[in-house]
Amino acid sequence: MKTTRLIIVAVGGQGNLLASSVLGEAALMADIPLQMSEIHGMAQRGGVVESALIFGNARSTIIADGEADILVGFEPAETLRALNRCNTDTVVITNLAPLMPFTVNIGKGVYPDLKQLQNLIRAKTAKLIAFNAAKLAEKAGNPLAVNMVLLGALIQTGVLPLETDQVKEAMQHKTKPAFLASNLKAFELGYTAAAKAA
Amino acid sequence: MHKLLTDKPGEKMLLLGNEAIARGAIEAGVAFASTYPGTPSSELSLNFFQMSRESDLYFEYSTNEKVAMEVSAAAANAGVRSMCVMKHVGLNVAADALMTLAYVGVKGGMVVLTADDPFMFSSQNEQDNRYYAKLSGLPMLEPSSVQEAKEMVGYAFDLSEKLKEPVLFRTTTRINHSSGIVKLGKIRKRITKGDFIKDPLNLVTVPAVSRKLHVKLLKNYDSAMQLAESSTYNFVEGDGGWGIVCNGVGYNYVSDAVEELQIEDRVRVLRVGFSHPLPPKLIKDFLGRCEKVLVVEEGEPYLEEAVKALAQEKGLTLPIAGKAPELFSRLYEYNPAQVRTNLAAYFGVPHESPALPDLSDLPEIPQRPPTLCAGCSHRATFYEVRKAAEGLETIYPTDIGCYTLGLLPPLSSADFLICMGSSVGTSGGFSKVTDKKVIAFIGDSTFFHSGIPGLINAVFNNHNFTLVILDNGTTAMTGHQPHPGVDMQQLQMDGFGRVSIEAVVRAVGVPHVTVVKPYKVKKSIEAIRAAIDFEGVSVIISQETCALYAKSLKLARRKPFEVTDKCRNHRDCMDNLACPAFYVWNERIKIDPNLCTGCAVCAQICPENAILPRKEKKVTA
Repeated sequence: MKTTRLIIVAVGGQGNLLASSVLGEAALMADIPLQMSEIHGMAQRGGVVESALIFGNARSTIIADGEADILVGFEPAETLRALNRCNTDTVVITNLAPLMPFTVNIGKGVYPDLKQLQNLIRAKTAKLIAFNAAKLAEKAGNPLAVNMVLLGALIQTGVLPLETDQVKEAMQHKTKPAFLASNLKAFELGYTAAAKAA
Repeated sequence: MHKLLTDKPGEKMLLLGNEAIARGAIEAGVAFASTYPGTPSSELSLNFFQMSRESDLYFEYSTNEKVAMEVSAAAANAGVRSMCVMKHVGLNVAADALMTLAYVGVKGGMVVLTADDPFMFSSQNEQDNRYYAKLSGLPMLEPSSVQEAKEMVGYAFDLSEKLKEPVLFRTTTRINHSSGIVKLGKIRKRITKGDFIKDPLNLVTVPAVSRKLHVKLLKNYDSAMQLAESSTYNFVEGDGGWGIVCNGVGYNYVSDAVEELQIEDRVRVLRVGFSHPLPPKLIKDFLGRCEKVLVVEEGEPYLEEAVKALAQEKGLTLPIAGKAPELFSRLYEYNPAQVRTNLAAYFGVPHESPALPDLSDLPEIPQRPPTLCAGCSHRATFYEVRKAAEGLETIYPTDIGCYTLGLLPPLSSADFLICMGSSVGTSGGFSKVTDKKVIAFIGDSTFFHSGIPGLINAVFNNHNFTLVILDNGTTAMTGHQPHPGVDMQQLQMDGFGRVSIEAVVRAVGVPHVTVVKPYKVKKSIEAIRAAIDFEGVSVIISQETCALYAKSLKLARRKPFEVTDKCRNHRDCMDNLACPAFYVWNERIKIDPNLCTGCAVCAQICPENAILPRKEKKVTA
């Protein structure tokens, strides 16, 4: 099996780790070898959370700069910041709804222009799929389901060796039953959005 | 049932490294475990804690790592399988106990887990604790993967019981916080009751006794060395002439690099997993079959120096390299691309890295540093101390916890930090040799851990400083673990004592002690000013439940506040507090009601009284 390297970046609280554990569970059930690593700790205090998932027979549990095959950003500025993890063949998926860093709020930084941000990412990587995942999460009935929307988009690209059914079954095991319906809807909306953007 | 107690041998689970190790200990029949919380080991002890609530496993959060080591050492000397878990710097605190425990030994297996942190993701240094094995003479094991970590724990306990001495189990963050697929094994029955047989001439380390115990330690060292020679945890892959010696996660990067460079038939890889004592015969044999050797190890040249010495013993002069300016550094962690590049360069293999994008034209992206939570009581206390100390030249020794984030502007309330409890100790030195006002900050858990001796010292040696104890009722930074001052009833847990910080401070004999509620700004500033003015040792205990902890306990929530039209844009709130609940909208400060916890500190400092409790908007038809 070809090794596929996925990096997910998000702001603490956006559910990066839950999304990663869903993908991990799906890989486990599909008997696909997987390594995963996370940087914990600062998630609760507003910092960035990055997780790396390596599908295939590689032993390394981390991904070096320039080696991500696919980058998923739950927040646009963080997607831009993570470009150094990408190479010119990387596929990038990003949410377009910003979460202002508190440094911007106190006037110590300027949030990048979203149009410019998309142009830059498109120019430097193989493909960019960008849409407002927060709006879709609201539409699905759960504003916290940005992570599930982006999972849908991720599976639509076909870059990972996972099928929709496998991921949806993993969602049943790993997410709260009360939110399953809205999570599945969020996944569908993200899938459709990515198909449209292709 | 806790997932790590699942009794289904053969079942596969995706587990975090820390979970895999906890499961490995359960499979090995661990009956007693102790810890002081420390990242990256925190989830290990959390899982033990959770499992102890629903099984006969005994687990405790000890006051500090030395005590944790001592309680486990006793259980192990009574024949009970024990495990003591800590981060790398924690082993420094426990080292006094470890060094002589190595002489005394154990009866039941004892595993000491040291979770090292290359790149210091969440530590004050990146010390390489492999040297503790060398210093103590004890055996050491190092896994390279999550699955191997689980298996190694069982072996560690068996090894410990065979040699009757503790065994060191060394991980790095990338093992503790990586996840992998793990196959469950059988769970050995726990034996929770032990017995202590009197044997003072082997257990009381007076010089005459220790002299013979050291002989025993060295005999164990020889026995362990023989076991290392034939251990399956020290293995060779490949039969080429390019030798690579590696350990831990470095082995993973080497393995992947060899495959990507397609040099499987050129290399000979020695993965060391039973890494103290090192197996001299195995290594000499390996060296004898190599043209040149590269040592790939994060941190210090622990393996490199041993390998070079063994080469000398065998009369070999082949090139052996590891740490060098153009190769590997002592700094930080490694990554797969870097290892591949260095391998290719050292062995002269042509290779191409993937084309990287040119990122020089990216706009500057605003930083997103971690910050104190909205409503954090530390923010209030720091503000109040700075206000009380206005006009004075100050030194703020600080300590280890969430409040260390007070380093950043605008709070800027931290000037010196080296280790747990150093806030109190160093204050004594600063106050004796300078004329600046010394105001130290320490958290509640840190105070119990190692702040008390420094405070007793200050009273005895008549120092002159103010200690501010930031009591938020939990060990916050590492994930809200209990400590001796925590209200365990609030967690619905019985059978715990409770130690009052105020009582301890008064009992030490501190002449000036005040308890303040930091959300009451004016009163707090007055009390702090009085403490600062006092000549001698003064203590402020700033008491307010951690905002995040209160949320998780579902305690009564305060209503959020909002900035009203009375705001004249002074920006005192933003400039002095910079609470993450603030944001700027149309050039004015606004408060995000989803983040605001209603602490009302900003409301109290606004010169226009423009910040008021949020009015519920009336719904109009």
